[in-house]
Amino acid sequence: MSHTFTLDGKTISFEEGQTIMQAATKAGVFIPHLCYHPEFKPHGSCKLCTVKVNGRQTASCTMRAIAGMVVESDTPEINDERRTLTQMLFVEGNHFCPSCEKSGNCQLQATAYHLGMMSPHFDHFFPDRPVDASHPEVLLDFNRCILCSLCVRASRDVDGKNVFALSGRGIDTHLIVNAKSGQLADTNFTLHDKAAQVCPVGVILKKREGFAVPIGERSYDKQPISATVEAKQEGY
Amino acid sequence: MTAPKKKLKVATTSLAGCFGCHMSLLDIDERLFTLLEHIEFDRSPLTDIKEVSPDCDIGIIEGGLCNAENVHVLRDFRKNCKILIALGACAINGGLPAQRNHLPLTTILEEVYHTSPGVSNGMIPNDPELPLPLDQVHPIHEVVKIDYFIPGCPPSAEAIWKVLTDLLAGREPELGHGLMHYD
Ligand code: SF4
Ligand code: SF4
Ligand code: FES
Repeated sequence: MSHTFTLDGKTISFEEGQTIMQAATKAGVFIPHLCYHPEFKPHGSCKLCTVKVNGRQTASCTMRAIAGMVVESDTPEINDERRTLTQMLFVEGNHFCPSCEKSGNCQLQATAYHLGMMSPHFDHFFPDRPVDASHPEVLLDFNRCILCSLCVRASRDVDGKNVFALSGRGIDTHLIVNAKSGQLADTNFTLHDKAAQVCPVGVILKKREGFAVPIGERSYDKQPISATVEAKQEGY
Repeated sequence: MTAPKKKLKVATTSLAGCFGCHMSLLDIDERLFTLLEHIEFDRSPLTDIKEVSPDCDIGIIEGGLCNAENVHVLRDFRKNCKILIALGACAINGGLPAQRNHLPLTTILEEVYHTSPGVSNGMIPNDPELPLPLDQVHPIHEVVKIDYFIPGCPPSAEAIWKVLTDLLAGREPELGHGLMHYD
């Protein structure tokens, strides 16, 4: 039996055990995502990657591909829901892009551009989340955390350090630093950790590097977030 | 002979903004002349008309809401304009002024007028003419319905031009890659 399924009408081949996200990415089809990263076990929490499989919604980063399944992704209905999720992420934190060092390199922002998010729509929470500037090399600005857990997975699974964790439940979920003081300076975290490289937004930032690349010349200023995946289509 | 087409009335204002978005509007440069063939400015810092006419077609709002007067002006715009556009980051999410939102207002006033370096015998202004500050700065869509948004800090002249010309042509405004910016 051939290992293919259809994604928005296009035939996609996959290998046994691959998720929809992995197969689609390999085939050069972009599915919006925030908590998925090809090097880590999926977390399935942001739901940006939601698709419809045989008419039912599921997260494409956790769902294994099955031969013959019919997957819908780039539809007005699903994109509307993705945009709503994105808007909720914006109002739950404090996202002032003009003063954020990640602007232009930020996956949340670039995903919002991709989805045509013109406004945050909802009322803002304006939460009070103090920054942690204790570490000599790295600043933590929790105002922008979207709880994707990539830093948690990177620190635990690659660095073997467990510097970060998600704590609390529901709306009270927040990122904590694993030290008695709760301060990054009191951990063995370094700038060379994998966890220092994976944050999709502007939480984990290298100090003394602010705006070295000017706004307007950053990665997603040059090309939309879908472009890197779609570029693979050429050679396919 | 056909009668000259009636020009659309456009009102603009800056609430808790820095006029940067208005500067960006002026950055459409000589296209302002093309624009003026289709629109006339009503209340705006560009005309110095103080009140919005009741039959305005488009209202363009820069800045969020940081005091009671901002709220009155915004409601006045909503009442009198058929279409309301939020222009720029501060109108859309409060922007820089909203970064005071996690601080109590009294602490801010104390620091600005009493304890900051260089202030001596400071007094918190209390003239009844002064609009009362709100406890937090809010985006304008949290208070009135907004029809269109032009993000950016400020939005580029190109983005403003695109939305205005789309609207004038009766198209749904759309900013593609390159014009869509939150920074
Ligand atoms: S993290 Fe991204 S979305 Fe949030 S303020 Fe920074 S650039 Fe904007
Ligand atoms: S700090 Fe960054 S990587 Fe870690 S959970 Fe928050 S958004 Fe994700
Ligand atoms: S990318 Fe699949 S749930 Fe976040």
